Amino acid sequence: MPIADRVAVRLRVNGEEMAVMVAPYKTLLEVLREDLGLTGTKHGCELGECSTCGVLVDGRPYLSCLAMPLDLEGREITTVEGMAHGSDPDPLQVAFAELGAAQCGYCTPAMLLTARALLDRDPHPTRDAIKEALSGVLCRCTGYLKIFEAVELAASRGRRHG
Amino acid sequence: MLRLPRLDYLRPRSIAEATELAAKNPGAMFIAGGTDLVPNLKRRQFDATALISLNVLPDTRRIEGDASRGVTIGAGATLDELAQHEALAGPFRALGQACGSVSTPQVRTMGTLGGNLLVDPRCNYYNQTYSWRKAVGFCLKKDGDICLVARSSPRCWAVSSSDSAPAALALNAEVTLQGMEGTRRLAAAALYRDDGIAYTTKRADEVITAVHLPASRGRMTSAYWKLRRRPAFDFPILGVAVAITWDEGAVRAARGALGAVGSHPVDITSFLAPLQGTRPTEDLITEVAQAADKPSRPLDNTDLSHYWRKRMTKVYIERALRDACGFEPLAGRLTAQVRGGAR
Amino acid sequence: MADELAIVGKSLTKPDAFAKVSGQTRFADDLALPRMLFGRILRSPHPHARIVGVDTSRARALPGVLAVLTGDDLPIKFGILPVSQDEEALAREKVRYVGDPVAAVAATDEWIADEALDLIEVEFTQLPPIMSIEQAIAADAEPIHGASNVHKAVALEFGDTDEAMRAAQHVREDVVFFEGNTHLPMEQHAALAQYGADGKLTLWTSSQTPHYVHRALGKVLELPMSRIRVIATPNGGGFGGKSDIFSHELVAARLAIVTGRPVKITLTREEVFYAHRGRHPVLMRVKTGLTRDGRITAMQFRSFLDGGGYGSYGVASTYYTGALQATTYAIPRYRFEALRVFTNKPPCGPKRGHGTPQPRFALETHFDKVAEELGLDPVELRLRNLPRPDSRTVNWLRITSCGLEACINKVVEGSGFLERRRSMPRGRGLGFAVSSYLSGAGTAIYWNDMPHSEVQLKLDRNGGVALLCGAIDIGQGSDHILAAIVAEVLGVALEDIQLTTADTDLTPIDLGSYSSRVTFMAGNAAKAAAEKVRAQLFEAVARALPCDVDDLVARDRRIVRRNRPEEGVSFTQAVQLVEAGGGVVTATGSYTPPKLAGPYKGSGVGPSPAYSFSAAVVEVDCDVSTGEVRVPEVWIAHDIGRAINPVLVEGQVEGSVYMALGEALMEEQTFRLGLHKFPSLLEYKSPTALEAPVMHTYLVETIDREGPFGAKEAGQGPLLPVIPAVANAVYNALGVRIDEIPITPDKVLKAMADRSKRVGPASTPAFEFPPLIKAEIPEEWKGK
Repeated sequence: MPIADRVAVRLRVNGEEMAVMVAPYKTLLEVLREDLGLTGTKHGCELGECSTCGVLVDGRPYLSCLAMPLDLEGREITTVEGMAHGSDPDPLQVAFAELGAAQCGYCTPAMLLTARALLDRDPHPTRDAIKEALSGVLCRCTGYLKIFEAVELAASRGRRHG
Repeated sequence: MLRLPRLDYLRPRSIAEATELAAKNPGAMFIAGGTDLVPNLKRRQFDATALISLNVLPDTRRIEGDASRGVTIGAGATLDELAQHEALAGPFRALGQACGSVSTPQVRTMGTLGGNLLVDPRCNYYNQTYSWRKAVGFCLKKDGDICLVARSSPRCWAVSSSDSAPAALALNAEVTLQGMEGTRRLAAAALYRDDGIAYTTKRADEVITAVHLPASRGRMTSAYWKLRRRPAFDFPILGVAVAITWDEGAVRAARGALGAVGSHPVDITSFLAPLQGTRPTEDLITEVAQAADKPSRPLDNTDLSHYWRKRMTKVYIERALRDACGFEPLAGRLTAQVRGGAR
Repeated sequence: MADELAIVGKSLTKPDAFAKVSGQTRFADDLALPRMLFGRILRSPHPHARIVGVDTSRARALPGVLAVLTGDDLPIKFGILPVSQDEEALAREKVRYVGDPVAAVAATDEWIADEALDLIEVEFTQLPPIMSIEQAIAADAEPIHGASNVHKAVALEFGDTDEAMRAAQHVREDVVFFEGNTHLPMEQHAALAQYGADGKLTLWTSSQTPHYVHRALGKVLELPMSRIRVIATPNGGGFGGKSDIFSHELVAARLAIVTGRPVKITLTREEVFYAHRGRHPVLMRVKTGLTRDGRITAMQFRSFLDGGGYGSYGVASTYYTGALQATTYAIPRYRFEALRVFTNKPPCGPKRGHGTPQPRFALETHFDKVAEELGLDPVELRLRNLPRPDSRTVNWLRITSCGLEACINKVVEGSGFLERRRSMPRGRGLGFAVSSYLSGAGTAIYWNDMPHSEVQLKLDRNGGVALLCGAIDIGQGSDHILAAIVAEVLGVALEDIQLTTADTDLTPIDLGSYSSRVTFMAGNAAKAAAEKVRAQLFEAVARALPCDVDDLVARDRRIVRRNRPEEGVSFTQAVQLVEAGGGVVTATGSYTPPKLAGPYKGSGVGPSPAYSFSAAVVEVDCDVSTGEVRVPEVWIAHDIGRAINPVLVEGQVEGSVYMALGEALMEEQTFRLGLHKFPSLLEYKSPTALEAPVMHTYLVETIDREGPFGAKEAGQGPLLPVIPAVANAVYNALGVRIDEIPITPDKVLKAMADRSKRVGPASTPAFEFPPLIKAEIPEEWKGK
């Protein structure tokens, strides 16, 4: 049985319906970056060992490098490009920028989305809850402290607008 | 970028269709959460020609029952759901803790109980890229003819690296399998074989559909303790699950199992027998733990030295037993090793 | 100017922050061009082998393969240091580590490229692998390069140390080992090359040193540099790991030329471990003579570096293991001997702290032991041997500002070190250590008399300021530093500065983001350029108002009279006045460090225009049954000179502490069967958010006279004291000495069980160092 070159997949990404023809063996990471041009989602290992490729699926943290697009039809996928409301950044994005929580910026998209999932579930998390929630995203620059502080600052500023 | 091999992606709408597809496509593999399978495929540890997705099937993740009636868990329930679930907060806490200690929040959101029970045994000569394995001449488990961790051994010594498996054994769980030849139910222990390659008795066309935790007679407590370098990401390099049923403050029965010290979850129930009928003291627990590490035989194929992991077996059995018996952690000992689990 | 600073010293949001948090920052692998091909590199499966032949015919025949390269396609050798031109883009005769590049393909997708790699047949003759320092110097060792595995041997002496040692009242000697580890930037290296129909090559690359890559491309491709454009993309983490010239950069370029199509090569994580250039494994012996009251009289230091398969920065790394001993201790007589050998491992190079974390570990654990023997507390021992500001060390390093004592006081007081360390329960402990680092290497990598940093400013009637500089932001915040300095001098806002960086077609030279040099050197260049622009503006405004030039100040986007601020013009008007007079307003600034090298061979490594200083106290919580060590709290003080942006400096300090804790407790590169044991993010252990300690960061400002606005470095120095402070804290907690980094739980348990209460190397190998070069010592040390 020859392997299909391309299959049709309908994905809902950042609130937008996107229908694309993709190789069925491409992971969500590859489809986002290469077929949909959403390069805000990064990658560090493609094996689930760093979560740099983290996105949200139905508001929960997900690894795009291990997720198969064909299983995600009908699910809501959020990438860093979908965090802002129009030109209004998410309060987490503002806090990360202000507090220097993004140094090189490479783990930042995954870190922001993971923090967004946390705040949506627990708007005023303790430091321990923040550490636990972010424990799956590796950062080599910050030592994590500015990231924790930025999540706390965003939490103190309340819910996202819009 | 590391990518999957070219393969077909099949999406059956029922278990029956899934098993049929598996029977028709000998090169196909089932995929649920994908957190174990996809990295292994990217490293070409399997030669799959197609993946059969279990992710669009209805009703695979239902969790039913409670401690008094027993709990039945759909194999598609995610590790994260289970870590948080009320049904695993009391007597079945060990399984909740085990699920909550797997890797990262991301992996737990995606990974399923069925998938974790069947984590492909790991070895740091095997969980490597194709080119790395090619450079060492491959190993018995894939493409090679010797076991690189025990060169004279005729068998593969890959390590059972499931967190949930020892918990399932300690809790006397059963699993339901559905395949072309119908449905069967077996004890969790019977799901495993002591071999790094042929590590499961599940047939290729069979799917785990449910895990059953039987109600205990009387009060039960349980605990799972996991040893690993970092409190996130890492697979267990030792897991200890114990479950104790109580009769008015005395131990009626104690069950236990070890993870990550062999190619299958290792039952240590018989070593816990001295606890039976006693009101365990701290000294007795220490004494029992000293002897119960006997079947632990770690080899030099995971993180950290196997001598140290062998020594840690006693320490972690003691800690798990103390936990299940309600004793405080010992002073001067870190308690950070196990997190998660329903609280 | 007595005027208050408006931007410098403030924790403002850096200019690249919003692009980073929105996912708009384009890293190298995010780039894609029409008709782009994907390149992949075939790497050696053997640690040491001769290449007998390479057959690429089957790969070439595979549909979708556009080009296949072997070593003969790129025969010119290169290397980051002029003295070590020992690398080939693709190996021609020999491979020297598992992962050494051998051949490359360009194909229409990565699946085809990978398939093609598997079709290339390379015939090797295996040679005995050299996997340790001892094997490298064995009499019958197979040489990896040339005739011997000695890459560099150094022997220097400053004053008669033997005599001083004999006269010392107390002498102690220690042998310790620091295992190698790697940078592990989250972004894998990537490069995209395009060869235009006009014969011009453009390379986008995740590099800390685009200028050096530019030079190497010119050499290896035999193209004039004017026909090559190198654009460094924002680095998704560097830490020294992207400051060399890499095979994939040269290969992508050649493949683009051969195919006439853009070619991108992104390394896999495994390949990043092979590219390496990380921390050298170093075995060290330190011997110190002191007076009874704890004053150092002499030190002899020996280091043995396991260099891996190529030279890389190794000659510099070798000298660095002996350079900075005397910047934290007033050592009157000093001997330094070092040996770097080739082994069949990925080449080592500079990682955060380049060559100095290993000797710092040796020194600071050594002095912890010395203090105990002398009955002194470890803080007092340091205080009795402090270097002086405005002095020369015995090995001729010029110290300007020095805030070491203030750093010590901050952490000692903040942590309650002196009282608490005596009263902690078993398993808990506190450790202390100090350190120092360079604010930029005082000499360039290649010998030249030109500036190390250059900045160009361009202004026109629109009122914005275009700032062009070769420096690349690797996350440390260098874009902010440049913009803040220029905005401060010109009295405009941060957002008025438009940055163009690290593009060799457009930006003037900066040597790169390495050796903690950008704030100091590019910062000084930016300040000089801005001052020239300001002078032009003041002159025009003074003429127009009219008033005296000296009467003018620039602030709040206006140029006004100092004491009559209502008299003045807007900044834009001032620019228009100058433009009306002579056209576009431009100025350049540059920075050349002062010639500071001492009068001896080898004095080029170590000098810096200024040194930062740090002190740390680390608290540990050890599990007495398992030997595991956790770090709940760290106190760290850093003499930054002046914090141009405190929040960014804190970020550098905290990140350094984090990286140090990873190195101290878990990160290591080990080898088995001749290859890297676990080249993966899962098995190379990098600490997670759950392991982040509480950190107390103290910034000490000493306003260095030569730094821009008094600033010194922050990116590397604060890593240094943390590793030995962990080791000293473990001793305080458990009474065991782990004289070997990383401090893993099995070592701790072993030491607890052993009568010696120690784990660590027993001795250093027998090696005959070259005769000592006896350098003259500075006047101030003669007779001491």
